[in-house]
Amino acid sequence: MESLLQPLWLSVKLAGITTLLLLVLATPIAWWLAQTRSGLKPLVQSLVALPIVLPPTVMGFYLLIVLGPAGALGSWWVELTGSALTFSFTGLVIASCIYSLPFAVQPLAVAFESLGKQKLEAAWTLGASKADAFFSVALPLSVRGYLGAMVLSFAHTLGEFGVILMVGGNIPGETRVVSIAIYDQVESLNYAAAHRLSALLLVVAFVALFTMFLVNRRWRR
Amino acid sequence: MRPHRLLPLLLLLSSAHAEPVTIAVASNFITPMAELVAAFEEATGQAVRVSSASTGVLYAAIRNGAGYAALLAADSERPRLLEADGIAVPGSRFTYAVGTLQLWSADPALAGKDCRGALDDLGNRRLAIANPVTAPYGAAAQAFLQQAGLWDQVQDRLVFGQNIAQTLQFVATRNASLGLVATSQSGSEQLPDATCQWAVPTSMHPPIEQQAVLLQPVDEHAAAAAFLEFIAGPEGRAIIRAQGYEVAD
Amino acid sequence: MIGLRYRVERPGFSLDVDLELPLRGISGVFGESGAGKTTLLRCIAGLEAAHASRLSVAGETWEDTQEGIALPVQRRDIGYVFQEPRLFDHLAVRANIDYGRKRRAGETASNFDHIVELLGLEKLLERRPAELSGGEAQRVAIARALLSAPKLVLMDEPLASLDRARRDEILPFLERLHAEARIPIIYVSHNIDEVCRLCDHLVVMEAGRVLASGVLQDVLVRLDIPVLGGDNAGSIIDGVVASYDGDDDLTRLEFSGGSLWVPGHAGAEGATLRLRTQASDISLCRSRPEQSTILNILPAQVEAIEGSEGPTMLVRLRLGDDRIVARVTRRSVRELGLQEGDSLFAQVKSVAVRPPRPVTP
Repeated sequence: MESLLQPLWLSVKLAGITTLLLLVLATPIAWWLAQTRSGLKPLVQSLVALPIVLPPTVMGFYLLIVLGPAGALGSWWVELTGSALTFSFTGLVIASCIYSLPFAVQPLAVAFESLGKQKLEAAWTLGASKADAFFSVALPLSVRGYLGAMVLSFAHTLGEFGVILMVGGNIPGETRVVSIAIYDQVESLNYAAAHRLSALLLVVAFVALFTMFLVNRRWRR
Repeated sequence: MRPHRLLPLLLLLSSAHAEPVTIAVASNFITPMAELVAAFEEATGQAVRVSSASTGVLYAAIRNGAGYAALLAADSERPRLLEADGIAVPGSRFTYAVGTLQLWSADPALAGKDCRGALDDLGNRRLAIANPVTAPYGAAAQAFLQQAGLWDQVQDRLVFGQNIAQTLQFVATRNASLGLVATSQSGSEQLPDATCQWAVPTSMHPPIEQQAVLLQPVDEHAAAAAFLEFIAGPEGRAIIRAQGYEVAD
Repeated sequence: MIGLRYRVERPGFSLDVDLELPLRGISGVFGESGAGKTTLLRCIAGLEAAHASRLSVAGETWEDTQEGIALPVQRRDIGYVFQEPRLFDHLAVRANIDYGRKRRAGETASNFDHIVELLGLEKLLERRPAELSGGEAQRVAIARALLSAPKLVLMDEPLASLDRARRDEILPFLERLHAEARIPIIYVSHNIDEVCRLCDHLVVMEAGRVLASGVLQDVLVRLDIPVLGGDNAGSIIDGVVASYDGDDDLTRLEFSGGSLWVPGHAGAEGATLRLRTQASDISLCRSRPEQSTILNILPAQVEAIEGSEGPTMLVRLRLGDDRIVARVTRRSVRELGLQEGDSLFAQVKSVAVRPPRPVTP
């Protein structure tokens, strides 16, 4: 059972860290998208949405090159830390952040857009700076957007397979997440173990989504 | 073995314009397969449609009723199971190719160095092998490393490709400095030049047997049987050997 | 003084305004929609960028494009009441009101209690915005703006989004606010009735330009401003309560042009009341009518006659030091031979009275 729990725990850890990072990362992007009238908006929108339409193998292939010791980001990382990004948990976090970015940005952008400028203007006229108004008004009024972004990022990262397969290197305890472990079990005809892992993943994913919809319902009241 | 060797080719030629026959082939054998099919079609006029995926995926598909006429697997395990379960035609299983391992690198730091020697002292280099649990080349790589007494010391330097092609990709993109890859694939012109390579002696691991089985009775799919016949024959064996595999004499 | 100058150029619209407004009382900005009232207000708040601007409030310069000065919104000490309440849904009423107080020092607790009481919010403080009616929400918004320690309050049609009942609910609160007259207020409206009830100073705008700016009474009787004609034509007189006739339930008020009877007990003796007459409620006679049902018949002098087209004309009359506007038919003007300087009698059919207020000096 330990061999089952380790990949599951790794997946949950990866999804959790990715989600937290994404909330920080996606907030300014979503905010900019919701506010801007810049001609660059469609460009940024397209870039952010790319992971939705690209096959994970394409993403994984490019990430393998970019994050690798010979790649732009990878070589810089090697210089900085002495170790490579590919085949490491850190590398998976970076890959997952890129892979799940649209799932964090879209709900936030929608929330920020529906918030509009009105309440922010009211806050400014009451003496709040732009940053103050963002944290005291925009953020709390976008809680549902954040909830959606969190659950979607978490669930999407949890279900990630192709990208991790490409850049992870399937190292137990480091990059062998649950989806890879399940694939291995199926490939080696261990259908019973695959069933157990799949069922676990199913439960975790269901609980995450169920919690979101439940909280969302409460919030609406 | 090869019970259909005596199948008259004439019988085949009479049905030359029949439906194409669909044969499942393991992904790592796609390149030789294309050459084999071309040669076979030219010789017989019988069209062959190739369906490729990992052996595990093909196996699951066959078990669930996929209508392939024959399977060219990347291992001997799945064909054996299919035969044991009565899905494959009894007695049709045979080894069509034997893979060999190559220690291979594209890392400039290893240029001109002794590839085998680098294995003894990896430092912080990564060594890519195929997943021993799921890929025959991985099991062979593990066996070699164990026999060489290196298995324990390389543990924390290992990365696992899901299959032998991905293992090569790790090395070719220099994400791993060294890799135990398939000789049949490491010679591809698409790859960067090897900075060092070393052929792993076949004596140091169990043979990587790739086996084929017939999945439909001969009288229904004479074409498939003829194709297996063809790749086991002299012309087919020459093609396979030229692709970096060993074949039984 | 509040000195402001704004020039804004946009496709299909331009604003060019140069104004001085008093630091006391309420200055109404009146005009039809599209006149540029809201844009002007947003410029003053710093929510809108102008091509050229200058804004000083009580000697402090907030904005001057020539000097390169432009305080950001949050550093201008304004209270802004928008058309919609724009309350923060995640905060209770009390926290909404406290939002500005916390960010700008200077408002005392006693002032909080006072404003809350003035706007009748005592029982709403712990409620969520979602639990408020439209009128209640707008009152909270007004309190929130007033308690953010503003040096200038801007109100952009705060009653426009409300139905008549809600409007009548809030107007008395605004009148009480006006009675205190502590902070200058710029009040944008397209409703002449609101303007007459609340304002001391009146700015009339049309197509991004100022047509008139001055004391309410003086601007209202100008006959050359189209938007002040039609149904909007009327005038205002300040009168002092002289006596109350309990038998007939009538109050007599005195003003510079004589005395006026108004229905009911309008106020305590000596109180100054604002009386509004509509131009269409005033008729003119060459001689003092005998046996008329109309109580208020006052001697008046014709100051000006205006009206180039249509069946009616506007006549401005002087009654003592006060002036009122009457609407009469073109035919009547011709048949009576009305001319500037004529002395005659004005019959005032009805008078609207506004509650007591201290007269602004």
